[in-house]
Order: sequence, then C-alpha cells, then structure tokens
Amino acid sequence: MTVKQLEKIAAEKADLINVRRIVREQAEKLAANTGYRKQVLVCGGTGCTSSRSLEVINQLEKSFSELGINDVLIVKTGCFGLCALGPIMIVYPEGAFYSQMTPEHAKTVAEKHLVKGGSIVKELLYVETVHKDGSVIPFAEIPFYKHQMRIALRNCGVIAAESIEEAIAAGDYAALAKVLTSMTPDEVISEIKASGLRGRGGAGFPTGLKWQFTKEAQGDIKYVCCNADEGDPGAFMDRSVLEGDPHTVLEAMTIAGYTVGAQEGYIYVRAEYPIAVERLNIAISQARKLGLLGKNILDSGFNFDIQVRLGAGAFVCGEETALMASIEGHRGEPRPRPPFSAQCGVFKKPTVLNNVETWASVAPILLKGSAWFSSIGTEKSKGTKVFAVGGKIHNVGLVEVPMGTSLKTIIYDIGGGLPNGKRFKAAQTGGPSGGCIPATHIDVGMDFDNLTAIGSMMGSGGLIIMDEDTCMVDIAKFYLEFTADESCGKCTACRIGTKRLLDILKKITDGKGEPEDLDKVTELAEHMKSSSLCALGQSAPNPILSTMKHFGDEYFKHIYDKKCPAGVCKSLLNYYIDPDKCRGCTLCKRNCPANAISGEVKSAHVIDTKACIKCGQCIAHCKFGAIVKK
Amino acid sequence: MAQILFEGTKEQMHRLMDCINEHRSEKGALMPVLHEAQNIYGYLPAEVQTIIADELGLPLAEVYGVATFYSQFSLTPKGKHRISICLGTACYVKGSDKILEAVEHELRITCGECTPDKKFSIESCRCVGACGLAPVMIIDGEVYGKVTAADVKGILDKYMQD
Repeated sequence: MTVKQLEKIAAEKADLINVRRIVREQAEKLAANTGYRKQVLVCGGTGCTSSRSLEVINQLEKSFSELGINDVLIVKTGCFGLCALGPIMIVYPEGAFYSQMTPEHAKTVAEKHLVKGGSIVKELLYVETVHKDGSVIPFAEIPFYKHQMRIALRNCGVIAAESIEEAIAAGDYAALAKVLTSMTPDEVISEIKASGLRGRGGAGFPTGLKWQFTKEAQGDIKYVCCNADEGDPGAFMDRSVLEGDPHTVLEAMTIAGYTVGAQEGYIYVRAEYPIAVERLNIAISQARKLGLLGKNILDSGFNFDIQVRLGAGAFVCGEETALMASIEGHRGEPRPRPPFSAQCGVFKKPTVLNNVETWASVAPILLKGSAWFSSIGTEKSKGTKVFAVGGKIHNVGLVEVPMGTSLKTIIYDIGGGLPNGKRFKAAQTGGPSGGCIPATHIDVGMDFDNLTAIGSMMGSGGLIIMDEDTCMVDIAKFYLEFTADESCGKCTACRIGTKRLLDILKKITDGKGEPEDLDKVTELAEHMKSSSLCALGQSAPNPILSTMKHFGDEYFKHIYDKKCPAGVCKSLLNYYIDPDKCRGCTLCKRNCPANAISGEVKSAHVIDTKACIKCGQCIAHCKFGAIVKK
Repeated sequence: MAQILFEGTKEQMHRLMDCINEHRSEKGALMPVLHEAQNIYGYLPAEVQTIIADELGLPLAEVYGVATFYSQFSLTPKGKHRISICLGTACYVKGSDKILEAVEHELRITCGECTPDKKFSIESCRCVGACGLAPVMIIDGEVYGKVTAADVKGILDKYMQD
C-alpha cells in the first residue's frame, strides 16, 4: 500500500470516529455523513468481558434484528477505563453512558432508545451522568474523564479493537507514513529525545537515548522488542492498550525498526492475557495484509515484521535480560549488565526494548511534535502516565493524567474517593518493587522523581488504594511472598534474602516478633540492594522499608503489644460474638468447621477462642454483623 | 498424590508433531512448542518432554529446565474443572485470600492440588486484569467477580453435579 491509499482509508472513516470524539450538536450533524443514525460502543476489554459484555452485544444484535434496526452500528471496543462500572456501553452521538449492563438492560435500551425516535433510558445510565434536574451529561464530561488527558490511551474505547480501518481513521500509521517519507533516523531520534519521553515500564530511562545507543551499535542484524509482560499485580494499562489499540504498538515498533536499522521485532506478552494476544495476532495479520508490516512498507523500500512470543507466568521476565532469554527459549533468568541490550540483546544482537505504554506514546510525539509533548508534565517527567487504580476506591480503572498530577486529584476527583466512608491510609505504587505513599503525602505530584524522593517509585503505574482496614505489615508480607515466590533463584542475595525477609515478617505477623528483627531487616535489605543481580532482588525490600518508614508504629504494635491495629493478622486477633447483636440463628454454629461455637436457638452464641481456627466462615455467614475481630 | 500414568492418543501425537514441524526452523522454538504441547495434553508429562527434546535437538535437561521454570507449565495433570483464584494486589486487599480458604475448605484440598476424583484442581494466579471485579475466581475460564466467602459453596455446587 502507498501513503495515498493509507490517507484514503483514513478519510473514508474519519467522520465515523469523529462522532465518538466530539459530542452533542456537532456530532449529530456529523453522524448524518456516516450512514449510521447511532453508534453503540460496547467494551470488549478483559474487565468488561469478564462481567459478560459479549452477552450484551449478542442481545443487541438479536434485538436489532427483531426490531428491524439496521442503521445503528455496534462497535466492540477496547477498555474505556472505568472497569468498576462494567460492562460499559456508550451511545453516540449523545455520548449516553450506560453502566453495569445486562442482556435485559440491552434489550430495554434497544427498544426504548435505539429505535427511531427513541430517547435515552435514564434509569440505566451511570448515575453521575444524570443531573438532579434530569438533564443528561455526556460521558466525557463526568469527573472521571474530565481530569484525564489521554495520549497513550487515546484510541482505547474509541475504535473497534479489531478493525485496522478504524485504527487508521483514528490516526494510527500516520506517524509511520510521516517518518518513512520525510524523516531520517537521526531526526526521529532527536525528536524523541527532545520530547523527554522516559520508559513507562518502571525504570524511566530516556527512550530517545535507548534508540540512539542501538542505532550506533555495530551489527548487521538488530531487533526491536516490546515488553508486554505486565507482571506487576494490579497493573493492567499495557493489556488495555494491546486490547484497545494494538496497531499503535505495531506502528511505533516499525518506526523504531526504521530508526535503529532493525527488520525484525518481537512482542513478549503474558499468556495470562488471552484477549490481548488474540487482538495482537489479528492486528499483525491485518497490517501484513495491507502492507504496513512486511516487505517494502508504504512503498519506502523498508522491511519490517513482528512476531508474538508468549510468556508463561514468570514475573522476572519483565526484567529485560530475562525477557530476552525467554524469547530465545531459555529459562527466564537475568544476566549481569554490561553488556547492555543496546549492544547485546536478543540472540546477542543489538536490541531496543520498550514497554507497551512507551510505544503507545511514540506516534503522537512524532505527529504533534516534541514541543507539544514536553509542554505536558513536570521538569524531568514529560507527558502523561497511565495509572491502574485499584483496591479500596470507587472508580477502579485506568486513569491517564499529566505527570505531576497530585495523588489527591487521582483518588478523590477522578477516583471518586474511598467506599463505605473509610479513611485513606496509603497508596501503594510500583507493585512488589515499589513502596507506599502515606496519607501525609497525599498532595505529592506523581512523577518519577517525586515518588522516588518519598521512598516509593513510579514502577509500571499500578496504584493500589488502601484504607484503615489494611494492615501495612500484612501488605509488606504479601509483597515479600510474591517476590520470594517469583525470585528466579539465580543469585543468592535475592533467592535467600527474600526468603529470610519473609520469615521475619511472618514471625512478626504471628506475634513472635522481637525488637531486633527490625534491625535485621534493615541490614539484610542493604545487602540485597547492593548484591542482587537484577532489579527484582534489588527492589524486593522496598515494600518493607517504605512501610517501616511511614508506618513504623504498626510494626511496633505488632512486636511490642502483639496487636494488629487494622484487625488483619490472624494470630493477633480473636473472634467474638456481640451478644447484643446475635439473634441466635445458629448459622455461624452450623458453618464453623472447628465446632468452636456454642449456643441455643434464639439466644446469643459464644465462640471458644481456644478452639477457633480463625477461618472467618462465621463472619461470612452472619447476617447481623454480630461477629467482631479484635 | 498418586502417580497418574501418561496416556496419549495418536491424534494428540499428530498435533504435537505438526506443531514441532511448524516451529522447528524458528529461533527460540522451545517456548511456543511447550505452550502448544500443554494445550494438547493439558500438562507436560516426561514422555512429551522427551519427544520435544529429541525433535528439537535439545538436551532433555534443558527442556525440563524451561518447563519447570515457568509457573504456567505444569508437570502434573489438572482436574476436570480448574479453579483459579486471583491473588493479585487488587484482589488481595479485597479479601481474595478468604475466597481461596473457602474453596480449599469446601474441596478439602489445598492450592496446587487436585481432588482424588480428578474433578477439581485449585491454583492461584496473579492478576488477570479484572481488577474492577475484585476479588475474582475463575473456573474453566468463566470469571466470577466480587465473590464473597459465603458465595463459594453455591458457585462450586454448579460444577459438582457433572
């Protein structure tokens, strides 16, 4: 295909996409040009698919054929970001935001709204989009989206995830056309460098420099790799990009191939992401068919192709040398650096490796210019960052904000605050390698340097919100269990260090902690930081160190008072039945596996704390909230 | 757990050889072949690893080394119904450990094991990305979201019957 043909596809579908990007009056005018009276976008990302969004699509199709609706387009998109409200369905041109859809709801919407002359079914809209006076606001104007700025996620939830034509109409491959027709590799590198783009995978290394080193490296064969091994539990932005806009990754990798002189690329993706893998494979075959991958791309004489490689459930493979070993078909064990991957990467050839979100930021920079990108964000962290906000927060989902946006804005303005009126206690960033941000630092501007300064780290962007019911010692133990389990075992410092740290934490949460344990942790952490082979071991102590720094009193209470203030650590708690609340229904007694509960029908029951195994079955079954842990 | 003898069909063998032939010339073919072999057999018995090693010209030790390194590759068979409980951070802070305990309690096996009648096996996983539905439990690919310990019995009952 030629650049002209590419532009033709983009022009043909431009209005279709624009209806989804602008709202109300103008969109209604545009809709007339598209041949579709309305468009229904249903999320087909992992989150909404898990809550049965595909059944919603099936029902819509069924209702359309029953009602004779043939001028409404159904679009299966990637993630909209507000996963907590899934399945999500948006109707354009109104921008009507239906949430938590069921097939029955879909039937109602088809009958009352999508038929000719129909009107919005307000009862089924997301409550925040209906004003007190009954007027409806388009979904883009609700607080969750209003405070965001979407660059990497620009097409997620906008385009049909499995349509290359829609991707092209939304702007994908325009940057590739620009680069191949009018830019030299050096110009691309200087543009990326000037933009200030830093790696979104966690380390924050300047992307332009990485490309430059690989370009300058000697070698006839070079590779371009994409790190889609998103192992940080709770982070799912890379998955959403791959599911919602896979072509932006293919495009950016092709641009990098042209820039560094590579003709082959690998995408290393978690096998736990079946939808992302499927969409990537579809996207790759579509791009090959149109000549956007393969030989003589866009008539430029440049050849480039991409293969997908599946991970197999090893967290350490997110580390670059381990990832490359895994692509080569070996155990995913890291190796010492230097040599760096720019000189000696996959199959010992010069390799440029970037994370999915980084790749997704490349095309906009080349289209809109480095000056635009570097005007967003803070002094040393440019552009935007996607956070996967989860845990104890209303609006669980994906949030993309300019670097430097305060944690407070993310939690309260975008995230809608914490459920059940609970108090914010801490936010965990950076996953098992990161640390926590206590409530006293809630005004921190989220960028690479600020987070490091307060003892946490950006990481890949997982942001877990915790409330007063979360025990910080238990959370540190949770992360250590993770790293001890995922340590590949190659170097002693990490293999044994993580086990010993975990032993100490278990001892503390079991109520057997001694004051000198904390000194041992500090000393061991220093050794691990200085002598582990890769970032997994070097950063494994971070969750303990940062919780000790900010929540030292909780450690003291566990060690000296043998109490868990948050009521989490089992060994330090006992279960009791509040006699005033107990109605004597016997449900707890019947479900207690240890026969530790006694009492007659209709009189208050009692738990024998010696026999109790603290399994929590009684709490789960009690309908009166009569059972307490303290 | 008692040793379960390996029984492969001719059809499975054909599929395995097709997959090996497809990847044979590729660099780093081992991982894709192991993935496919596990799809075919449900796990990676020693017999299958030996065939792969011979066909790809690799030492068996290397194939075994890779098969045991990655948590998704299993050297033991799984139950008819595979239960997976997410222990990723978002699910954990919402109490997925309680769900796991309830499942273990209900089936009387621990995580990583298979019931003696080979009907159920339990495993834990790390974040399937359905954090909006936390805590989640997956049975045979079907995702159950916002599960509570009290829900567990009802969900499992559906699978008990067949």
